[in-house]
Amino acid sequence: MTSISNKATGARDFWRRYTRNRGAIIGLALVWIVIIVALIAPLLYPQSPWRMVQRPFMPPFAVDGFWFGTDTLGRDIGAGLAYGARVSLLIGLVSTFVALLIGIPIGAAAGYFGGRWDDALMRFTEFFQTIPSFALAIVLVAILEPSLSSIVLAIALVAWPPVARLVRGEFLSLRSREYVQAAVLTGQSSLAIIFKQILPNTLSPVIVLASLMVATAILLESSLSFLGLGDPNVMSWGYMIGAARTVLRQAWWMSVFPGVAILLTVLALNLIGEGLNDALNPRLARKGR
Amino acid sequence: MTVVSVENLAVALPSGADRKLAVEDISFRLEPGEVLCVVGESGSGKSVTANAVMGLLPKEVRPVAGCIRMGERDLLTLSETEMQSLRGSEAAMIFQEPMTALNPLMRIGDQIAEVFEAHKALSRRERQAKALDLIREVGLPDPEKAIRAYPFELSGGQRQRAMIAMALALEPKLLIADEPTTALDVTTQAQILDLIRDLQQRHGMAVLFITHDFGVVAEIGDRVVVMREGLVVEEGLVDTVLSDPQHDYTKRLIAAVPPLSPSPARYHGEEGPILSVSALSKTFRSGGGLFSKARVVPAVKDVTFEIARGETLGIVGESGSGKSTAGRCVVRLLEPDAGQITLQGEDWRAAQGAALRRQRKRVQMIFQDPFASLNPRTKVSSILTEGPVANGVPRAKALARARELLSLVGLDESAMGRFPHEFSGGQRQRIGIARALAMDPEVLVADEAVSALDVSVQAQVLDLLADIRDRFRLALIFITHDLCVAAQICDRIAVMREGAIVEMGNTADVFGNPQHDYTQSLLAAVPGWGESSPLTRWRRKLAEA
Repeated sequence: MTSISNKATGARDFWRRYTRNRGAIIGLALVWIVIIVALIAPLLYPQSPWRMVQRPFMPPFAVDGFWFGTDTLGRDIGAGLAYGARVSLLIGLVSTFVALLIGIPIGAAAGYFGGRWDDALMRFTEFFQTIPSFALAIVLVAILEPSLSSIVLAIALVAWPPVARLVRGEFLSLRSREYVQAAVLTGQSSLAIIFKQILPNTLSPVIVLASLMVATAILLESSLSFLGLGDPNVMSWGYMIGAARTVLRQAWWMSVFPGVAILLTVLALNLIGEGLNDALNPRLARKGR
Repeated sequence: MTVVSVENLAVALPSGADRKLAVEDISFRLEPGEVLCVVGESGSGKSVTANAVMGLLPKEVRPVAGCIRMGERDLLTLSETEMQSLRGSEAAMIFQEPMTALNPLMRIGDQIAEVFEAHKALSRRERQAKALDLIREVGLPDPEKAIRAYPFELSGGQRQRAMIAMALALEPKLLIADEPTTALDVTTQAQILDLIRDLQQRHGMAVLFITHDFGVVAEIGDRVVVMREGLVVEEGLVDTVLSDPQHDYTKRLIAAVPPLSPSPARYHGEEGPILSVSALSKTFRSGGGLFSKARVVPAVKDVTFEIARGETLGIVGESGSGKSTAGRCVVRLLEPDAGQITLQGEDWRAAQGAALRRQRKRVQMIFQDPFASLNPRTKVSSILTEGPVANGVPRAKALARARELLSLVGLDESAMGRFPHEFSGGQRQRIGIARALAMDPEVLVADEAVSALDVSVQAQVLDLLADIRDRFRLALIFITHDLCVAAQICDRIAVMREGAIVEMGNTADVFGNPQHDYTQSLLAAVPGWGESSPLTRWRRKLAEA
């Protein structure tokens, strides 16, 4: 029997399957660019993105060093893009993490214990699923007053139900596996079985879903900022588009650049999700071709 | 005129597989009206051979040498369209698992008619009429109803009959059967084998029959090809090969086949029972709400048995007989509805919650599927120590014990640091046994513990089970559908049918002088062990020598 005998070849195998999907490589490259820009934003633009640095309404490439032009108040759009990347990534990652923290335990408990627990937890989940998620997010941010943490919380609160559903489904099918029953027979506690036996085996689909949730979270944050519900202290892509929408005809660059940034980031994350899916579920991936 | 001849066929596996060629230098001929059995253990390349003939090899697996002749043509050089018109009309195939081979959303009649449609034969009305004829011919009960039935409405054997009807539709010259009876109960298997034999004679078809079971070979084959790791090791008439095998591998393989005769009585119950079960019942209810009636399945009805230390009790029965449910009630994975279970004089059903968790180690289980019973993400060291550690054994002590148990079940200590997927099926089953032993159980329930294994591995695992039973003086409840296996290891046997025990007694008595009709029909259905069977003759010769 051939086998993957250690972790290193396991990782290499994973990488080989991932890179078989060309879109996934492009996605990874794009996300790396966004991450690097976010990290070195203070080096690229030492001054605050809110500071007025040039005359307003300056089109792209008109003055050296201001390749993306300036906005209605003379702020550098390039600086806004770089600092906006920080906000988008931060909110995307943190809110997804929080959503996983809510969704995984609920799904795991519902799937593992079944019966009444399952009924109660799933009705609770459906309660969130029946409310349009964007409307709920708006209401939550409006009540809590816009700030980074309230936005993260609002996004996480509308994003967790699919996680709970997915984890529940995986638990339902895994909990009747023989190795789980063997663990029950050896007298392990329910918590130990959930965390040690079942959860590690549900991670592949959860990771794929999480990568897509980061993309959705970025979109949601942009939409909130566009409506003026973003954190007033941080520059974000959605806010830039929202502020520029009244001058769309005179100054296209003010909304197009942040729009393209959102588009590429979300696209890249979706491509990564697809690549992860191919790499983590090799059987399914091959069937599709 | 030869129907199909395979000449020096070699099929390459994708790089990274455990060997370069799936099959190498395979040659055989199949004459009209002949049943050729290809027999071998898993990984011997027998299915690859069958799929090569049908042109059904996966993309990465390709033939690299030789040819497959059918009439004038070499099947390996045909285009996909030419293969398509050949499949069904000249060569047809039936598969192991009829549930997955049939379209679940299509009526049986339509699926048979589809074969004609694919080959643009007959008019719509004629197709339906022909489908009905075929359904009659393969002996599906109530043909007018069966033609409108969906696959889920049929039993396993009936589905396999429907598959055979589809295969026969265009009167092919060649029928390839890939383990067609492996998923079926022994009595159903006997019926399907009869059907294949009968149809083959009536239509003068050639049948290429792939199987791992020498009993089935003895029952249905004219000639046999024995394969091992992609090579043909022996070929000849079934009668000669099975009664006088020449190659060492064939000899070993046939010797490993458990005969349908009980091993000599070993245990004489000199002490009282450690576990006794009385009037155990379990009924499953599913569905049922405000608007629908619940489906009620009585899985176990009034089952009573007892077992002493060092004894093996076999529970045999066909699928759905309730034997696994009974086993699961004993280990308390399922809560019985009624009945008593007494372990060492204590009420075993009284323990609940945390108290039950502390006592669970006393009754352990070995599972059927060596691939599903080990957590794929856990190393063997933790698989073997998680249980004892949860029961308060210090980690270092549990690890030392795990090493001891690994060598006891015949594995190297280096296995500790490896993951389950690095082991073969037999090795995994050994790990499963070690996991159960790590708990120091008093009672061991083995649920179809050797059913998924090749015969040679099966014999080794049976030996291991008998060895640990004697060494630790375990009470072993051995649940199986396979009478031959039960005959090898069990001291006493309980035959279950539809949830109830119909006959129970010493193995020699049950096999030698079965009282109940059902036991008799079960024994009669086991393939290959009749008086005149070559297997019986060889066994007799061995005994005399």
